[in-house]
Amino acid sequence: MKVVVCTKQTPSTTAVFSIKNGIVSWDDPGGKPNVVNPWDEYAIEEGIRLKENHGASDVIALAIGGEESKEALKTALAMGCTGAILVSDDAFAGSDAVGSARIWAAAINKIGDAKIVIFGKLTIDDNMGVAAMMTARKLGWTPLTFVSAIKSISADSITVERLLDDGKETVTAPLPVVISVVKEINEPRYPSFMGIRKANRAEIPVWKAADLSVNGGTGAAASKVDWSHIFAIPPRVGSVEMIEGDSIAEQVKILVDKLFEEKVI
Amino acid sequence: MLDFSLTDEQQSAALMVRQFVEQEVAPTIKEYDRRQEMNPAVLPRMAELGILGINIPVRYGGQGFDYVTLGLVCEELERCDSTLRVVMSVHMGLNSMGVLQWGTEEQKQRFLVPQARGEKYAAFCLTEPGAGSDVASIRSTAKKDGDSYIINGEKMWISLATKAHHFLWFAKTNPDTGSAGITAFMVTADLPGVTSGDIHGKLGVRAGSTGWVNCQDVRVPAANRIGEEGEGFKIAMSCLDNGRYTVAAGATGLIRASLEASLKYAQQRHTFGQPIASYQLVQQKLAYMQQWYDNARLLYLRAGWMKNQGLRNTRETSMAKWYATDHSFQAANEAIQIHGAYGYSDEYDVERYLRNSRGAIIYEGTSEIHQLMQAGYLLGTRQDKPLRCELPAYDPDFWQEEM
Ligand SMILES: Cc1cc2nc3c(=O)[nH]c(=O)nc-3n(C[C@H](O)[C@H](O)[C@H](O)COP(=O)(O)OP(=O)(O)OC[C@H]3O[C@@H](n4cnc5c(N)ncnc54)[C@H](O)[C@@H]3O)c2cc1C
Ligand SMILES: Cc1cc2nc3c(=O)[nH]c(=O)nc-3n(C[C@H](O)[C@H](O)[C@H](O)COP(=O)(O)OP(=O)(O)OC[C@H]3O[C@@H](n4cnc5c(N)ncnc54)[C@H](O)[C@@H]3O)c2cc1C
Repeated sequence: MKVVVCTKQTPSTTAVFSIKNGIVSWDDPGGKPNVVNPWDEYAIEEGIRLKENHGASDVIALAIGGEESKEALKTALAMGCTGAILVSDDAFAGSDAVGSARIWAAAINKIGDAKIVIFGKLTIDDNMGVAAMMTARKLGWTPLTFVSAIKSISADSITVERLLDDGKETVTAPLPVVISVVKEINEPRYPSFMGIRKANRAEIPVWKAADLSVNGGTGAAASKVDWSHIFAIPPRVGSVEMIEGDSIAEQVKILVDKLFEEKVI
Repeated sequence: MLDFSLTDEQQSAALMVRQFVEQEVAPTIKEYDRRQEMNPAVLPRMAELGILGINIPVRYGGQGFDYVTLGLVCEELERCDSTLRVVMSVHMGLNSMGVLQWGTEEQKQRFLVPQARGEKYAAFCLTEPGAGSDVASIRSTAKKDGDSYIINGEKMWISLATKAHHFLWFAKTNPDTGSAGITAFMVTADLPGVTSGDIHGKLGVRAGSTGWVNCQDVRVPAANRIGEEGEGFKIAMSCLDNGRYTVAAGATGLIRASLEASLKYAQQRHTFGQPIASYQLVQQKLAYMQQWYDNARLLYLRAGWMKNQGLRNTRETSMAKWYATDHSFQAANEAIQIHGAYGYSDEYDVERYLRNSRGAIIYEGTSEIHQLMQAGYLLGTRQDKPLRCELPAYDPDFWQEEM
């Protein structure tokens, strides 16, 4: 059983988002390099666990992006993925979510034989959270989103727990599936030292547009999403009030009264 | 050829350690420091992640990285808390690397392999209640008795005293002489007659274990003798070349921690309607901290590079240790100054940095001892002679080969 984990290189969580003259910048005061999209770490971890606990033969990390995305793939390899592939072509630059889903689907088809594809819940840079669903649609597979646990896997089906706004739901679907995972699913491991060394030696293959049979339009020209007007939402202004009281119980009582007053509870 | 670049491997290893300390140690370090206890998860996690064997060859249970990576790892550890780096100084620098350098193949299998895997923790027992800087005056004795030695003595100020399984113990096999009578032994904590305890009320490294270890008529197999009889002083000094390297790298991390905290605070704190970072007197402090950091880092990386090359680095390591520890104290002191009264309280980390920085100016050679050493080299009264066993140069093929 092959597993494909789709990942993206993103700014780190400490980066500060700003826009100047319509150009987005992610300055990082901590000077941290770009990282694997934090949500994807859960996806990578789950992929590796499928190998460790459910006999997956290969766990392949897949990324679409520039050469720099190899860093994210190296992290995936250092954590324990068995292989990594970068899809990179100028023709793909500026793809919108649907265009990207077409590329994901084509790459997954080229890998062949995959039974489970895993995405993180969303990426922290564009925050759309649609990649798993759209890719499933393009592949014609079942999407299972917001997965918080993989309960069981048989030769032809998978049972997962999904974390929804109003509770949890256990569902079974025939394989192959595309799943997106939430952070409740696991605790991602750090890259291991041995993994780091192997990852830095690994030759990561780069697939170009010509290597894939992408079905439908990709790249900026085919993008239906218009990025012509980008602006930052003004920060929310609030005020902080320290609650004084002789005991914790008294402070809590004052807090509860206030929350009632403000109709929060 | 001069090359200041680090490899991707070295940088990724440092980043991994940074992630570990930020996620697993930083959130609770203040609490353990206040309670004067070591977080019980720290050693097992450092073992599990491979940190305790980072630069030991894979064939001896380690991770196969080079000596420079050891330095980078120590910098990241001490940027969070000095106690983590102290672990590396004694377990790796002062003990494991000593076995790598001086141990027989059989001793490497018996001691180094479990230490590098983190199954056993290792410590270094040189200092005694009556002898610190003056190593030649130690009183502990080892008397040959058939196939064993009977060891007696008391060691003081021993890091990991109550945690370690393996003590590299220095005793006199010939009590009538000075340094030439000292011999090194691996004393295991399970031997009858070995007792230990922690010291409380220390100024710093409160989230670590520092204590005493006693040997009363402890029968140690002769197979546990490291090196020859009378070679103990040389062994201790070459272990210190490695321990001091980790201290230097760690102190560099402490400078960075002080600088990072100061930079953040100086941009947030306002006086007279301006962030204090806008005042030249504050800027000067920040600029000095950066200077100290750059210098300390260059000095330890040079020593690490020399180790990789297999070059003797006693003088360079001593310089790095002296400079980095003195300036980590100054940096922490300035960081407190920038934080004003808040820096004086344990609400912020900088007071802990100051307390933690202080010990490193005393252990592994006081600053005065390092000054004497530097002057000795200058005046020609001190010279490094070749050793019977040198620290092996880093050979990636040998280090990384999986057996
Ligand atoms: C937190 C901590 C952890 C430690 N961990 C270990 C450990 O794991 N293993 C271990 O063996 N030891 C350890 N030590 C002990 C440490 O190595 C000694 O404290 C150190 O060597 C100094 O010895 P001393 O304290 O006896 O001071 P002394 O040697 O008594 O020195 C006192 C003062 O006199 C000065 N002085 C001494 N001789 C001269 C001279 N010739 N010229 C000028 N000045 C001189 C010194 O610089 C110092 O200022 C630790 C110490 C501390 C504080
Ligand atoms: C133990 C203790 C006891 C105290 N007791 C009392 C007390 O009894 N009564 C009382 O009223 N206060 C007391 N204080 C408070 C003390 O007076 C203040 O901490 C002090 O005035 C500094 O103010 P601050 O801490 O707000 O630092 P800040 O004023 O915020 O200064 C922070 C840093 O910025 C620097 N800085 C600020 N402005 C400039 C500038 N223009 N140019 C260059 N550098 C600048 C400062 O030198 C400092 O390094 C006490 C403090 C301590 C630590």
